[in-house]
Amino acid sequence: MAELIYLKNVVTLQLQPELCVGCGTCLDVCPRAVFARDNGKVAIVNRDACMECGACGRNCAAGALSVRAGVGCAHALINAALGRTNAACCAVEPKEKGEPRPGRTTCC
Amino acid sequence: MDQPFVIGSVTTAIGEVPQISSRLTWRDHWGTFKVRWNVGRMDYKVVPGLYALGKPDAESPVFVSANYKLSFDRLREAVPGRDVWILVLDTHGINVWCAAGKGTFGTDELVHRIEASRLAEVVLHRRLILPQLGASGVAAHLVKKRSGFKVIYGPIQARDLPAFLDDGMKATPEMRTKSFNVRERTVLVPVELVEALRKVVIIAPMLFLASALLRPGKFWPTGVADGLYSVVAFLVAVISGTVFAPVLLPWLPGRSFSVKGLLVGLLGALIWAALRWQTSATWTGAIEIVAWLLIIPSVAAFLAMNFTGASTYTSLSGVQKEMRVAVPLQIGVCAAGLILWFVALGMGMGG
Repeated sequence: MAELIYLKNVVTLQLQPELCVGCGTCLDVCPRAVFARDNGKVAIVNRDACMECGACGRNCAAGALSVRAGVGCAHALINAALGRTNAACCAVEPKEKGEPRPGRTTCC
Repeated sequence: MDQPFVIGSVTTAIGEVPQISSRLTWRDHWGTFKVRWNVGRMDYKVVPGLYALGKPDAESPVFVSANYKLSFDRLREAVPGRDVWILVLDTHGINVWCAAGKGTFGTDELVHRIEASRLAEVVLHRRLILPQLGASGVAAHLVKKRSGFKVIYGPIQARDLPAFLDDGMKATPEMRTKSFNVRERTVLVPVELVEALRKVVIIAPMLFLASALLRPGKFWPTGVADGLYSVVAFLVAVISGTVFAPVLLPWLPGRSFSVKGLLVGLLGALIWAALRWQTSATWTGAIEIVAWLLIIPSVAAFLAMNFTGASTYTSLSGVQKEMRVAVPLQIGVCAAGLILWFVALGMGMGG
């Protein structure tokens, strides 16, 4: 079976190649094989597979990767819309000031 | 020390460390079965801290895990016959992946737990093996800076650990990629189903009451029969959205979960309608059938959309985009169906 891909052209993953030092940590932590080695650096080769888990950005010591991390969970977004911020599961962290979109979703 | 899976203790430089076995007992398997059926799932925990599996020494590898007992059990059963340390973080009983998303399986807790357990006095090396899915909560370079321990990300699945260790701590691309095959989807179904059935228990009596009370004329037996058909219709929606949509996920057309759920729900609704038409081939019967042809697919679409949280490939941005379109449609279509259903009730459903 081919890999499962969700909606196209939506993810917030950003790579700044000029900052990349080619350490390859993102290749290890990405569970969706989004990256590949490219001339001693890293390139995004399967952008639509990204699920914005944020592992690459958090572990990029060079600061070359950024992504608005969160869990793609409809239930969490519903809880947020209903103002249930203290749900044991499927919650969304409170919106930060000036942030147009809701905060990071968390789920289980 | 009074946890049932602790079988003894191992003497170390800091004193006794609880010893565990990689062999699971019937009690462990029963616990797994229960949480898979959504029973006590939010309170299935291991006391955080350091554990010895087998007879580890100062050179033995250290695995880090969450204190959700299901995660802990998968780890210890994966490495039979090996001597390793297991450092259990306090993730409030949540699995590695979700706790990493919340940040409880995170840099701060890991550094804190290394200090609290006095790990640096138990082992001479400075290496930790973390599950790869913990990486969204842990910054390896910061852990190194703050604790002196180097984080090595192991495979996603604990069962790949023996191969990972034997290959000099190298994970293959397969071990690093999260799959979501039919077996992995199916084990998640009971939790979704039980969650939805808890709502059915509330909604079913209301459907019965509405059918029995609102239609003019006889209460019994046609009112009860109509109520039963309504409950069955609602169950068709629930099963379409929580069982068939997740299991059939990759084979259903569309990328958004709502569309997948809608299509399964529509199919189920058509089968229900064909059966219902046999018993009430009248104008009011036709209105009732149209009503459920609207309600079933919209409810199934909503439930399937909620499976995004359990899936392993949906992004937050994607789910937001899907919901912006899908939720208003689900509410609108479901409301239209309900209005029609009440109209049919008022006209004296069932002929």
